[in-house]
Amino acid sequence: MTNITRPIDPSQSLAIRQEALASRRRANIRRALFGTLRALLLLLVLVVLLFPIVWIALSAFQSHIDIISPAWGFKPTMRNFEKVFDEYNFLQYMWNSFLVASLSTFFSLVLGLPGAYAIARFHYDWLGVVLLAARIVPGITFLVPWYILFSRMGLNGSYIALILSHMIVSMPFIVWVMVPFFEGLPIEVEESARIDGASMLGTFVRIALPLAVPAIMTATIMSFIFSWNNFMFSLVLSGDETRTLPVAIFNFMTYASIDWGGLMAAAVIITLPVLVITVFMQRYVVSGLTAGAIKG
Amino acid sequence: MSTLQATEPRINRPSFKRRLHRLGFIMPAVIFVVVMMAFPVVYNGWLSLHEWTGSARRAPVYVGFENYTELFTESDRFFPAVQRTFLFSTVVVVVELVLGIGIALLLRDAFPGHTIIKTLILLPMVATPVAVSMGWLLMLEPTIGVFNKILRDLGLPIQPFLGSPDQALWVLMAVDIWQWTPMMAMITLAGLLSLPEDPYEAALVDGASALQSFIHITLPLLIPTLLTAVLLRSIEALKTFDIIYTMTRGGPGFSTETLNTLSYMQAFEYFRLGEASALLVVFFAIVLGVSVIFIQARRTISARQAL
Repeated sequence: MTNITRPIDPSQSLAIRQEALASRRRANIRRALFGTLRALLLLLVLVVLLFPIVWIALSAFQSHIDIISPAWGFKPTMRNFEKVFDEYNFLQYMWNSFLVASLSTFFSLVLGLPGAYAIARFHYDWLGVVLLAARIVPGITFLVPWYILFSRMGLNGSYIALILSHMIVSMPFIVWVMVPFFEGLPIEVEESARIDGASMLGTFVRIALPLAVPAIMTATIMSFIFSWNNFMFSLVLSGDETRTLPVAIFNFMTYASIDWGGLMAAAVIITLPVLVITVFMQRYVVSGLTAGAIKG
Repeated sequence: MSTLQATEPRINRPSFKRRLHRLGFIMPAVIFVVVMMAFPVVYNGWLSLHEWTGSARRAPVYVGFENYTELFTESDRFFPAVQRTFLFSTVVVVVELVLGIGIALLLRDAFPGHTIIKTLILLPMVATPVAVSMGWLLMLEPTIGVFNKILRDLGLPIQPFLGSPDQALWVLMAVDIWQWTPMMAMITLAGLLSLPEDPYEAALVDGASALQSFIHITLPLLIPTLLTAVLLRSIEALKTFDIIYTMTRGGPGFSTETLNTLSYMQAFEYFRLGEASALLVVFFAIVLGVSVIFIQARRTISARQAL
């Protein structure tokens, strides 16, 4: 890949010098070839990864006739989007998804941030282990008892049931992201604040949290996305009024004849917010997705 | 977990008041964990020894280990589901790992457009799985789907895809690979960028080729990161639900039924809560077993490398 340039002794014969020049040229050609190959491979990767998303977006603007026709061309229409909002009540489902994602994220932060701080600073290791175990337990294991419990309490189909269930994913995740971060903060700043008379809570709120803003951003964004995308918990626990977007689109499909255009428009509406967040917050999403894999 | 270990020994015991303050930090989280996590797991274990349809009028009936013996001796859907779960997870994790390493190597050196490509690559794994599944259903549709359209235009035989018991599971694997290869690529890339420079310089001086330095330097140094990535992905792959349930519901027949979709059916479509709970206990044991194997492997390898 990299060519090494050795100083050429002037006493070397012309032949050797020419040989060195030729080998450098070969290396340059090889590098150019490698660069082209890499560009082609990356293009292939991008086409494969983006094709389904682009196809969904294109289909969302097609009439039913264009979707089922064997020809490739189509005349763009907004009809599918109008239908999704007017006939299928998607505004309500969007609001539900937004509400559940925001509140489950908020409450997970309220529980998770002090918890993570305590694990990092006061060494409640067992709590960390228990929260990590939550990643291993299959989600349905929680779902069966919740379903029974929430039915008894008349909470099935309520926002409370949805928010609590989504927190089971986001709270452990937030702790998972925050513990290494709090551990990495220099303890001296907090100690000097304590000496100056700040309380434990004051130190946490006024010193540790402001320093942790980047990690909190990561935790918040990922927690929101996880909740927004969550399907299984919402499928069981949501009701007609509280249905979130993934469940709404799934029900949409199970109608007798599939309205593909409307379905794709709904898919665009659901996915677009997440894609926009990802594009603008790329750095945080990457660190959220790779959290724990590098250091842990 | 090394990150959770004490960084320094505690010398003096904190006072009672201080300990009370400290407990204040974790109590909310602990209460949540006990009520929302520990209770369900214990209740699930208890329920696995009972037979119940969830009816409020008829209480659960104690049946001992009957649900388990039924699972292992009578059920004709349990072992095939176990087998499929392992086949699915092994294939997707291995393919995602290999492709992920490849993509990470392509992205290691910066070039114009580097950041944009890294962002675009993230999209499959953050896009709402259910929404994307709907897109795949349209693309895979035998008569109007784009894949058969392409095959037809090329003069190749059209395929049933999800309609065929022989193809459906493999198609779902392809969707999972599409969705999660970026995750492997991102983790591998982060691992690659954190590697030290020195061994490469030494190898270059010794005249090692790019392939040699990849096999003898990069790969061994990367193994702890790769093992963690494989662990995280395996746990998720064993539990794959969204794409399978929304695209095939375990069908055609039972040809794509995995432990997770089978548990879901037992619990929320047939309301056999006892059997579902027994299944979930076994399912949990399997995921736990796989996790322990990987964690142990990682620890062994890290210890060996530290020597």
